[in-house]
Amino acid sequence: MRQSIVQWFRFASPQSFYPLAGRMIPWFWAAAIVFGIAGLWISFFVAPTDAQQGEGYRIIFVHVPASWMSMFIYLVMAFWAGLGLALNTRVSAMMAQALAPTGALMATLSLVTGSLWGKPMWGAWWVWDARLTSELILLFLFLGFMALQAAIDDPRRADKAGAILALVGVVNIPIIYFSVKWWNTLHQGSTINLNKAPSMAQTMLWGMLLMALAFWMYSIAVALMRVRAIILERERNTEWVKHALE
Amino acid sequence: MHWNSVGEFFAMGGYALYVWGSFGACALLMIVEPFLARRRLTQARTILARERLADELDLQQKNS
Repeated sequence: MRQSIVQWFRFASPQSFYPLAGRMIPWFWAAAIVFGIAGLWISFFVAPTDAQQGEGYRIIFVHVPASWMSMFIYLVMAFWAGLGLALNTRVSAMMAQALAPTGALMATLSLVTGSLWGKPMWGAWWVWDARLTSELILLFLFLGFMALQAAIDDPRRADKAGAILALVGVVNIPIIYFSVKWWNTLHQGSTINLNKAPSMAQTMLWGMLLMALAFWMYSIAVALMRVRAIILERERNTEWVKHALE
Repeated sequence: MHWNSVGEFFAMGGYALYVWGSFGACALLMIVEPFLARRRLTQARTILARERLADELDLQQKNS
């Protein structure tokens, strides 16, 4: 038991995490592509036309995965940032830093695809509704985290300031999630609930889950690519980095 | 398969702009981001290689 815990801590050092991440990246890319192709096939060729929204509902296959990922990445980012703050582990803070741009990308995609869905269905590109507003705040939290880290020269201090911002911002996640219940909003309720059967056709559900898996694998792959760059940037004065590139 | 023709598929029942706009935006950003991440890694490696070369040159000068 003790041995295995020590094994895990070994990967908390940039030196052993750098090559490990490099070995994992191709597998996550492969998984992202496989799930993506299967998900797109179902999205366009298997899932039936919606009775109310016609073909326009197909936006769900990218909108929901992007929205889920934006919230999930935020939680993971705050977790790593918090861990870095508590234990002072270097890789955790770098991981949080690597996730932020991907989280911002997912929040942007959630807002863009949502707006493209809102226009034909609600008649407006944007409304100041609880769900939309809280998702916009999430995008600003990602951007704020990145800007704050970029504004502080000393990386360890930047990590601490960023971690506090990330942890305070976590309060926004349940607000986004429950906004459709707490407030009377234009946004439709969730299609998948833990305590009742999903309110959609089985094939639509499968398409959405496969696309969510593809987005998930994509996010891991791209965050690992970025964390490798961050490790090299921040550890450049260490001996192992000098030898790693030989 | 419920599309009768390729044209019908691209028309998306009149929602072409919205559906293709959404999938297009995702495709675009998800192609650009890995490219940028890759470039950042390459740049970090280039800088490191340059620094190492500079160190070596320093060392040679000192020794000569």
